Amino acid sequence: MVPLWMYLLVAAGLFSIGMYGVLARRNAIAILMSIELMLNAANINLVAFWRYNQPAQVGGQVFAAFVFVVAAAEVAVGLALIINIYRQRRSVVADDVDLLKW
Amino acid sequence: MDFSTDVQASVLAVLPEILMTILAVALLALDVVWPDARKRDLGYVAGVGLLAVIGVMLVLAPPPGEVSDQLLLGGMIRHDQLAQIFRAMVILGGALSCLVTMGVPRLQHRGDFYAVLIVAVVGASLMSAAADLIMAFIALEMTSITLYLLVGYLRGDVRSSEAGLKYFLFGAFTSALTLYGLSLLYGFTGETNIYRLGGVLGRSDLPDGAVAVSLALVAVGFAFKISAVPFHFWTPDVYEGAPTPITTLLSTASKAGSVALLMRFFLAVFPPAGLLGALEGVKDYSALWVQLVAVLSVVSMTLGNVLALVQTNIKRLLAYSTIAHAGYILIGVAAISTDKSAEGAAAVTFYMFMYVLTNALAFGVVILFANATGSEQIADFAGLSRRSPWLALAMTLALLSLAGIPPAAGFVGKFLLFRAAVDANMVWLALVGIINVIIGLYYYLIVVKVMYMERGPEDGRPVRVDTPYVWALGIAAAGVLLFGTIMVSPLVDWATEAARALYILL
Repeated sequence: MVPLWMYLLVAAGLFSIGMYGVLARRNAIAILMSIELMLNAANINLVAFWRYNQPAQVGGQVFAAFVFVVAAAEVAVGLALIINIYRQRRSVVADDVDLLKW
Repeated sequence: MDFSTDVQASVLAVLPEILMTILAVALLALDVVWPDARKRDLGYVAGVGLLAVIGVMLVLAPPPGEVSDQLLLGGMIRHDQLAQIFRAMVILGGALSCLVTMGVPRLQHRGDFYAVLIVAVVGASLMSAAADLIMAFIALEMTSITLYLLVGYLRGDVRSSEAGLKYFLFGAFTSALTLYGLSLLYGFTGETNIYRLGGVLGRSDLPDGAVAVSLALVAVGFAFKISAVPFHFWTPDVYEGAPTPITTLLSTASKAGSVALLMRFFLAVFPPAGLLGALEGVKDYSALWVQLVAVLSVVSMTLGNVLALVQTNIKRLLAYSTIAHAGYILIGVAAISTDKSAEGAAAVTFYMFMYVLTNALAFGVVILFANATGSEQIADFAGLSRRSPWLALAMTLALLSLAGIPPAAGFVGKFLLFRAAVDANMVWLALVGIINVIIGLYYYLIVVKVMYMERGPEDGRPVRVDTPYVWALGIAAAGVLLFGTIMVSPLVDWATEAARALYILL
């Protein structure tokens, strides 16, 4: 059987890729996709920990299921906001959104 | 320890949330049914409805006396005095935000706006009571996602859309970090209930580094929500760009709920060893977050106050002021681990209560002024004392409270915070706080000076104050004044009782 640490390693890798994407990409859609990667990394963690440590209790699985719902809601709202910006500026590059400044 | 499965008690524990959900659905229905001419009254339904929810909650749903009965809804909710007082201030913040929406031209007729606003309040109110990682995450997201929508609600408005996008990208990123931290905590212990989790974590033999990483990841999300440095970048932009009633909600309900969750989470998951019954071999991780919180507190106070000095827009000024106030609040949070008398937590609770009222008052005046003149520049407040003496007085009261000058409630709040820090052997933190209060005095009093000393171009034309604003500003001003003078001790007593509940870990 695949040991637990391998799952955690995959999750940590996904999380790091996602974090790199958020910090390095300039396109708002790409940032949104990177955030989804990070959420899915957390989900892999949750399900793997549940399966290996606590298969009798459903806590981790329920947590992961709720994360799906939250992520879906977040994407819906995020895409709406991005489309709104696109209609005004014909651009989804986060750096172009710079009207408000200190 | 088993969780209470009493259905009636569980329903009572979430009664305010149930009522608010019904209110939100009712507003959507009324939005369809009512003719356009009547739709302005939707704000009354929302605002007065929320005030009624506070009343019902305080009368019908007091927390159970026995601590063992307080973890309800399968352990998702802890229905104690702390949850109760923070819910009261969260819902109060929501109610005042609804009332001050009623004069904003593009929002006052929108039932959906009020409905989404109330859902954000439901999320903040669940945050005040959450006792489980799952509930904490969902409550955080429930407030965040609805607030992304509300911040970007003015679709044609470039600044509102931009603020919405910035708030969304920042918020989604930090919540992903938090979730990863929560998943690690679940993995380390196999528990999702924060009260059980703390015990298991203290008795496990995890490396300190692993615990520190998960703590830091979770702290990012909290720091974002209360806009502490270095996760404050969104605050000025979002406060300026969002519709002002939503700025009010951000700085009251959303902030108060997050502070409650922050205190409960840190104290339950990483408790000081003494709270776990001082068993042999129990590890004490509390020093980790106390140091982290103290550092965040110092940088937030200092950066917030210094950057506020150069602001010319009143909403941006209040945004930097809110960053500084996050720093003051974190002084109290840093003090909660070391004191037994619950002084720090009580100070934070009192401070948050007065902060909700004060900010509602300040932003209420800003909305009225912006509606009348179309400007949010501080320079344009010149001569307000002659145009509308009462409004200038209300704004002065709010600014004095933020600055911490008696008779406003802010003075008592700051006094309690600094006293708690001194009693917790953090004199240096209290000193940094006092220096910052002095810096803060400058920019708050500049606004007062502009209102009273400088002559405005349009002397004599008063700013129109509608009935809902009279009520909202009246409630907030009365609160700020009374809780700063004759009503101090009842509120401090309630806050202390609430704070004690925090230290009972079952």
